[in-house]
Amino acid sequence: MNAIFDSRRFGQLTPVSREAIADSLQAPPPPAVRLRGFTRSFGDNAIIENLDLDIAPGEFVSLLGRSGSGKTTLLRTLAGLDRADDQDVTIPPARAVVFQDSRLLPWKRVWQNVALGLRGKDVRARAETALREVGLAHRLDAWPLTLSGGEAQRAALARALVREPQLLLMDEPFAALDALTRLRVHDLVLRLWSVHRPSILLVTHDVDEAIALSDRILVLDKGRIVAEERLTAPRGERAALAGDLREKLLGFLGTGRIGDDDDLAAVFDDKPNIPFSPSTPF
Amino acid sequence: MTVAATFSRSSAPARARPRRSSNRGLIARLIRAPWLSPLVLLALWELGSRTGLVPARILAAPSTVLVTLWAMVVSGELPTNLLVSFGRVAAGLAIGLAVGTGLGLVAGLSKPGEAAIDPIMQIKRTIPVVALTPLFIVWFGIGETPKIALIAFATIFPIYLNLYAGIRGVDVRLVDAARSFGLSPLEIVWHVVLPGALPAFFTGLRYALSIAIILLVIAEQINATAGLGYLINNARDFMRTDIIVVCLLVYAALGLLADGLVRLLEKASLAWRPALIAA
Repeated sequence: MNAIFDSRRFGQLTPVSREAIADSLQAPPPPAVRLRGFTRSFGDNAIIENLDLDIAPGEFVSLLGRSGSGKTTLLRTLAGLDRADDQDVTIPPARAVVFQDSRLLPWKRVWQNVALGLRGKDVRARAETALREVGLAHRLDAWPLTLSGGEAQRAALARALVREPQLLLMDEPFAALDALTRLRVHDLVLRLWSVHRPSILLVTHDVDEAIALSDRILVLDKGRIVAEERLTAPRGERAALAGDLREKLLGFLGTGRIGDDDDLAAVFDDKPNIPFSPSTPF
Repeated sequence: MTVAATFSRSSAPARARPRRSSNRGLIARLIRAPWLSPLVLLALWELGSRTGLVPARILAAPSTVLVTLWAMVVSGELPTNLLVSFGRVAAGLAIGLAVGTGLGLVAGLSKPGEAAIDPIMQIKRTIPVVALTPLFIVWFGIGETPKIALIAFATIFPIYLNLYAGIRGVDVRLVDAARSFGLSPLEIVWHVVLPGALPAFFTGLRYALSIAIILLVIAEQINATAGLGYLINNARDFMRTDIIVVCLLVYAALGLLADGLVRLLEKASLAWRPALIAA
């Protein structure tokens, strides 16, 4: 516990050069998230098999994976939504989730949504502060259904951060936003992360998003981590390496080319006349 | 922009047209007016009564009905009996609302509750409540109790069914989100499930109100010594069609009032809904 708080305060003081400091540390702090041999199956169907995962305090990890790769299952476990009683799973007590759809309660005003479940005094003041941080001070008393997509996601972000989570989980939170709004929210997330220093696990489809935002990228496929990339370059200076890394990661994901995908290839194997068949790739 | 400009320029002289053509506009507006046909019907009815085409024992003239209405209000006959009827509806509805809400909550919020309650409610639904009248008279006599019991029994189901469906229909993703923020099951019920089920509950309430008034009419046929039904039964014996029509008007007014009440409640508690925000 203490170690986690220390490192968070430590991170707050020097938000910019965190990577450099992390490298110079002799003994790394105990991880915020620790999974060993984690397995989850529904019936005979193993969604996640024998997965090891560490996330350091204050680390920004992106999780890439195709649909059905087990991303959401992993996220639900880390969020504490699915119980993992008999497994070696350590998650911090303070967690918060930002979902793809904002999941604001439509019958509560924006600030009440942010304050949902908060205990103690000054609940409204804390909600206000959080909303001001995401630039929604003018929408405190609005009904959620009147918010734009970007505003709703920012409100969801405020609702997560007001809990001062040690672990912030984000399930494709930017997928439904238009390109320009997405870039703005990216900046906002990085700024808030550098201030609050939670560990972040960002689940995404978007390779470029993962490269732009994270310290480390994991690729999940069929319930296993098949690739891991650590990014040490500062976030503003990643354009140069983005090209190669992008190709590499897309390779692990199965680029969407039909020949790379076992299931799709099987569909097209006996149909050589179809122009997209594996025998004549693009 | 230009379209709007052209439009206003061409409509400006239209407003300043001479009177003859504005008469023609009035007629054009009249034949499209939705309130005209009921008025014409009333006028024809009055005319029929005045000429003796419709005898008073078949149907009283509208003017007679109005006079009777006024007389009944002034004498206190209508207000006192209306109060009695209103009391029956209120008591029956209060019981039906309480029981229906209780059962809907238990069945909606717990699996064992659903297994215990829902089959019985579905069986109950197949029995027309009106058909229970003889049994209720045997059980409760012919006083106020069977009347209130009929209304209560009939209003349980729409409340129960809509609340139960509303609770089960609450977006599970919102429940997940609330759980992820560490809300206790009780807090989730209070902050997520119940507000989410509220629109469906109001639908049930509206059904219950209209059913309550229908059941009131039927229940008051049971040997009533006061109330609107009593007035109607008495009027039937004396062939006072004017009093019967007055009571019908009052029943209609009660229905309108009940609907307006639910609308008001909905507007106050469902202000977050986009349709109401836009309005």
